[in-house]
Amino acid sequence: MVAFENIDSFHFDVVIVGAGGAGLRAALQLSQSSQRVAVVSKVFPTRSHTVAAQGGINAALGNNTEDNWHWHMYDTIKGSDYLGDQDAIEFMCREASEIVRELEHFGVPFSRTDQGKIYQRPFGGQSRNFGESQASRTCAAADRTGHAILQTLYQQNIQAGTTFFNEYFAIDLVKDDPQRIAGMVVMNMQTGEYQLIRAHAVMIATGGACQLFKTNTNAKINTGDGLAMVARAGLPLQDMEFWQFHPTGVANKGMLLSEAARGEGGVLRNAQGEAFMVNYAPHVKDLASRDVVARAIAIEVKEGRGCGPNKDHVLLDLTHLDAEIIKKRLPGIRDLALTFAGLDMCTDPIPVYPTAHYMMGGIPTNFKGQVLTLNEQGESIPVTGLYAVGECACVSVHGANRLGGNSLLDIVVFGRAAAQEIDRVLQNQKPSDFFDQPLDLSRIAARLQKWENQSSNDVKDPTGVIKSDLQAAMQEGCGVFRNAETMQALIAKLEPIEHRIHQAVLSDHSRAFNLDRIEALELENLMTLAYATAHSAVLREESRGAHSRIDFTERNDVDWLKHSLYFIENHQVRYKPVTLTALTVEGFKPKARVY
Amino acid sequence: MRFSIYRYNPEADEQPYCQDYELDDALIGDEMMLLGALEKLREQDPSLTFRSSCGEGVCGSDGMNVNGENRLSCITRVSELTQPVTIRPLPGLPVIRDLVIDMTLFYEHYHAVEPYLKPTPAGVSIDLDHELLQSPAEREKLDGSYECILCGCCSTSCPSFWWNPDKFHGPAALLAARRFVVDSRDITTRERLENLDDPYKTFRCRNIQNCTASCPKGLNPSQAIQELKSLMLKKQVD
Repeated sequence: MVAFENIDSFHFDVVIVGAGGAGLRAALQLSQSSQRVAVVSKVFPTRSHTVAAQGGINAALGNNTEDNWHWHMYDTIKGSDYLGDQDAIEFMCREASEIVRELEHFGVPFSRTDQGKIYQRPFGGQSRNFGESQASRTCAAADRTGHAILQTLYQQNIQAGTTFFNEYFAIDLVKDDPQRIAGMVVMNMQTGEYQLIRAHAVMIATGGACQLFKTNTNAKINTGDGLAMVARAGLPLQDMEFWQFHPTGVANKGMLLSEAARGEGGVLRNAQGEAFMVNYAPHVKDLASRDVVARAIAIEVKEGRGCGPNKDHVLLDLTHLDAEIIKKRLPGIRDLALTFAGLDMCTDPIPVYPTAHYMMGGIPTNFKGQVLTLNEQGESIPVTGLYAVGECACVSVHGANRLGGNSLLDIVVFGRAAAQEIDRVLQNQKPSDFFDQPLDLSRIAARLQKWENQSSNDVKDPTGVIKSDLQAAMQEGCGVFRNAETMQALIAKLEPIEHRIHQAVLSDHSRAFNLDRIEALELENLMTLAYATAHSAVLREESRGAHSRIDFTERNDVDWLKHSLYFIENHQVRYKPVTLTALTVEGFKPKARVY
Repeated sequence: MRFSIYRYNPEADEQPYCQDYELDDALIGDEMMLLGALEKLREQDPSLTFRSSCGEGVCGSDGMNVNGENRLSCITRVSELTQPVTIRPLPGLPVIRDLVIDMTLFYEHYHAVEPYLKPTPAGVSIDLDHELLQSPAEREKLDGSYECILCGCCSTSCPSFWWNPDKFHGPAALLAARRFVVDSRDITTRERLENLDDPYKTFRCRNIQNCTASCPKGLNPSQAIQELKSLMLKKQVD
């Protein structure tokens, strides 16, 4: 039996789950403010998925072309298809320059201009003077910007003395009152022991969850553990119908080839060799927003202009660029294409197709990182003791479609802001009897007990097979294009898949580093997100950003300029308004989105 | 295709052993990476244990010894390997289970070289209105060391590290040390070199160069260590 009577218990001021850029930036801030902070991560911090971010981080530094945060704000709102909350977007864009310079002082090895300043490259959807001409706003360390930022933030945390629980898997949140989060149960992966971490503030920073789809750019660890924990605690998940398909994944494999490839001058071509983006975005062509480019590729293929024997992809062509530029500015993705496609982008165009890349939705928060839920009157209220930052959070700064270069920005801006808010709250309030409150861990024990059950027969339905079936169903039902029929069919498929999870048993029951058990817990988490996605998506009867419906092709601001909030109980979906007012400037009114 | 894989479960096995596996050739395409093959083998035997994450050679989780060489399974093509493919954990560090090793010592050495930029004297806060300037030529000096993914392939291939894993920093940590010594923005170059100037920490390197041969990212830790040694010499002559 899984019993928690004698569970090991640790006490901290703050516990952060997730050691990617968001979790590490927050941990650094809290450690430097003398809060006792623990970071729980299922992998060693530098292996978190921030490491795979390539192209860069947006900030209107103006090192290459004149720029200002207000233009960045406009581009982000337009990119979000007006679903982004404008107060949060203004906050992020205003903080951007300072936070990038701070990263530079922390040691990030940014590429440099001839003047010795941070190198900036053009990226999709960014403009000068509110849409007039292309901006160069993406600060880059070659095409390894995420790696550089993640390692630097880990290094800063070494110096600051942050406590790490590496290779600990977060199981579930713990409440000491129906309205207050008081800690979490974790599993030490190396020993298989369950432990309790109690803290005045809990921060979720578990990153994305594109393992929900068959073809994706995401690491194996991106299973949305934090989101599912929040959903199981009875709290909502916001805008889960919005998943970004990155236009240029290596065809049939999924590895990401950064937008920087097009920023540096690469073009997409169809089977006729035509640079087709001009037909979809006459002004900015290959540097349109990602949703626009992904749809264009899908349409080219659907209409028979795809390349290769199966006409199932298009080509990313950089062969007209100077090979030295490619080697200097895009060394990482050149390596990736060499390794996985066997092609050198200096001389060969690379087969690409859209692939699941980023989750715009997530745990609803305000721009201080406080997690929000709805009260009975339908008003947004913060959840005491709970914060979320990074890709798992929905602030929402990305709305219905994220701009390239805004995710690295999001994680550091809100990682720092949430940590500052926690520090402020904890200065006044650390109840001395906090850690003495009794906790009810029985539901968590029951969930874990399920996976202790032994089977007398051979394991007939391994969790790995169930996961593949779930991924295939999601890709088919909630891909680049959707309609009521495919999404209803998906919902019909989810119940039997969930039933199979209920029936499944593990074949490996050992304690030490039991991957079978960890993957089963991850699969439960993915299942929760599949429901959230399918139910939120089928109800939204419009096309907005990454949610493109064949049966409702237009954006409908009258009925749908609002955020979806999915609750696990009865798969209920409620709604809340989009914030259209900014902090210090006038909000941008929704208008037609043309690139 | 035949595999022979090192197995050890601390709860069940008194000693490690090698287990043979067979994977249907029809399941192995030309382009399959070793990680893909291991995942297929896990479908046969879910108790087979190894670390992995990004699947594209950037996170450094899946270092292992493959036919005698330290490699990342996710960027090693199965079709290039001779049979039976012999897979063992990275050598020289304690095994937790199967191919999963305890990397604590490896990380401790990394921490010990103080791998963080020190651009200002202690107590002086940084100026967030300006970035520190660095010329493209100065920045280029960081190429070849900042890209390290801490997979451990180099340090666990190094006989000096096998012999003195508690005292010799090993190639990965020294590559990180070099990255901060040569960074034009760091003001503690002298202290860094003094801290490294030690018969064990740095000078156990005998220039064997297994590290460079095994680096899956094509980096050259050996050269970095020799550079550190010559910078120490130069400092003494100054």
